[in-house]
Amino acid sequence: MTSITDTIITSFSEYNIDIAILLTAAITILGIMIFMIMAVNTLVAVYFERKVSAFMQDRLGPMEVGIFGFKGGKKFWGGIGQIIADGIKLLTKEDILPNDADKALMIIAPFIIFTGALLTFIGLPLSENIVVSDFNIGIFYIIAMSSVGVIGIILAGWSSNNKWSLYGAMRAAAQIVSYEIPIGLSLLLVVLVSGSLHLGNIVQWQADHRWFIFHSPFTFLAFFIYFISTVAETNRTPFDIPEAESELVAGWMTEYSGFRWSLFFLSEYANMLIVSIVASIVFLGGWLSPLHIFNIFPESWDLMDGPLIGVFWVFIKAVLLIFVMMWFRWTFPRLRVDQLMYLCWKVFIPFALANLFFVSLWELIF
Amino acid sequence: MEKQLQDKSVIETGEMVLNMGPQHPSTHGVLRLKIHTDGEIVSKIEPILGYLHRCFEKHCEKLGYEQIVPFTDRCDYLASMHMDHAFSIAVEKLLDVKLPERVEFIRVIVAELQRIASHLIAVGAFGLDVGAITPFTWTLRDRERILDLFETLCGARLLYNYIWPGGVSHDLPPLFIERTKEFLDYFTPKIDELNQLLTTNKIFIERSADVGVLPADVAINFGVTGPSLRGSGVKFDLRKNEPYSIYEKFDFDVPIGKGEMGSVGDCWDRYYVRVLEMIESVKIIRQACEQIPEGDVHEALPKKIRPEKGEVYGRYESARGDVGFYIISNGKNIPLRVKMRSPAFCNLSVLSEISEGWMISDVIANLGSLDIVLGEIDR
Repeated sequence: MTSITDTIITSFSEYNIDIAILLTAAITILGIMIFMIMAVNTLVAVYFERKVSAFMQDRLGPMEVGIFGFKGGKKFWGGIGQIIADGIKLLTKEDILPNDADKALMIIAPFIIFTGALLTFIGLPLSENIVVSDFNIGIFYIIAMSSVGVIGIILAGWSSNNKWSLYGAMRAAAQIVSYEIPIGLSLLLVVLVSGSLHLGNIVQWQADHRWFIFHSPFTFLAFFIYFISTVAETNRTPFDIPEAESELVAGWMTEYSGFRWSLFFLSEYANMLIVSIVASIVFLGGWLSPLHIFNIFPESWDLMDGPLIGVFWVFIKAVLLIFVMMWFRWTFPRLRVDQLMYLCWKVFIPFALANLFFVSLWELIF
Repeated sequence: MEKQLQDKSVIETGEMVLNMGPQHPSTHGVLRLKIHTDGEIVSKIEPILGYLHRCFEKHCEKLGYEQIVPFTDRCDYLASMHMDHAFSIAVEKLLDVKLPERVEFIRVIVAELQRIASHLIAVGAFGLDVGAITPFTWTLRDRERILDLFETLCGARLLYNYIWPGGVSHDLPPLFIERTKEFLDYFTPKIDELNQLLTTNKIFIERSADVGVLPADVAINFGVTGPSLRGSGVKFDLRKNEPYSIYEKFDFDVPIGKGEMGSVGDCWDRYYVRVLEMIESVKIIRQACEQIPEGDVHEALPKKIRPEKGEVYGRYESARGDVGFYIISNGKNIPLRVKMRSPAFCNLSVLSEISEGWMISDVIANLGSLDIVLGEIDR
């Protein structure tokens, strides 16, 4: 597996350009591309979320804002112009800093959260060879980077000088730090079986054997522990206690508005995409087509695999998982903070540890 | 003190006062709660009222009896029909008039429809308080049908001024009975749907069962009435215990909390009593629609109501509990004094009692399960 950065450097090597300039250019271009992916993801996901929630609540959702503005087009486009209107509204909103807030921390907090999400994308392959930088410890890197955001959350909650924000930040910190453990343990199980921390190798292992989720009963359980924990990690219902709008107004985001708030928003949806892509790569075969579920078909059928169509497979699996997350959000009530901790420390972590033990036995026997 | 300030190793801890409301998404209006907290644990709650005080009782001393009805509308704006009905019953008791059969039937039908509409809001908003958003939109969708019915009835969707002393403002419009029956047929399966989505949801039960337990004796001591009292297992409903209007003609049950998911008198019981009461209301409306006689709805009362000297206390079972109107007349066409007993006010007083020692999230759940309306508390 080669990364895009490597491809750029090798293809320009014959022109005798200084490696530092080349590297800077490659990093800038790819950084902008990641940002574009995050922005487009947010726009599409917000529209998707609006329509999914509307569908579940017997409503129509956005219907009026047509993209072309002519009358006949409105209904057909189903309010798709709403996403542009939303974006413009957010960016042109007044950006308020409360008088008593710790201004420097309050300004820097959203950028820390955003950076955490942005950095995670660097090690995240979207398909074979389509990855910014090909780490051989990809899983480790992704877990590490996804916990950077919690620093920003605590900063945001503390610096706002608002009691609701403080509550939200404390809850968020406790929740995110706790739920990283079951996530780590269930990913460790995959590392144990495949023998690699490298995401490309893990997919290659699945191409040789079968999708991880169907490898053994224990990997099946691990997928669910991972998925539910990631719902908690991304602060979505039923685990949205840090922002619990009926209790804490808006949690740690209470005092934010405008551009800075939109950075929170961007990172939240980016995190959803990240955890879903990781789940689809690690458990659901990544860029392999569904024919590889049990690998019972002959190799001549593998026409549906390839670097570009792989992007499609990764995204279709990720979008399915995102849909399930939205389904959760519009169906379930919210857990209380102690019940949330109970679920993590007394249910998921013991099960994940036992899982790790039994899957080792399974690998030993079969 | 000085020694403590010098010694930096001593970290003092104290309670934090959290000011919830009047601008807060789940205080059901403009209630303000001063919550003393130790971390997530609540040690004391002080409800602070009066943000919606509109001098209702003082206004009544300047207005004719028939002019007060629009003001009673605005007391409990989620169950306006009940307020109008309660006031009209008190005035009619003062006047000692007998109403035509048809008026009483119409009043019962609209009052029970209003009870369903009000409980739908209560049930949905309780779901919203514990974090479930979809049930609220579902219940609003069904409530919309009731409001449509009321719109055909009197033109208004929220504040009706429909039931007034001596009768109702209009007779039923054509096809109203048929439309009501149609609505009941539509609505009955929707209750099961709600139960599947919310009532039996595991997380919902975790959040509401065994939370905010209100024992029957405490409830009675605080003067809690209505579904909140019945949730504690006390079978007390004015429609059965002190029947007014024509309620003794109908066959219906008084559902009480049985502690099916936790202990008797928890949030889940108070919630579920409201769900069951909607089913009972459906029963009453069905019977009333079958039995309603023909006739005139305009009782021959003079244009200006002028009761004899005297005083009266009328009780009424509204969607929130026992509404009372105490009216003193000095023989003029305006009352000397009107005092309203607000059920939600008494119900709110128990909040601090049942929430102390619980978490902030539980305070919200308890408040939602008591189903208060600030318009009625502040008057």
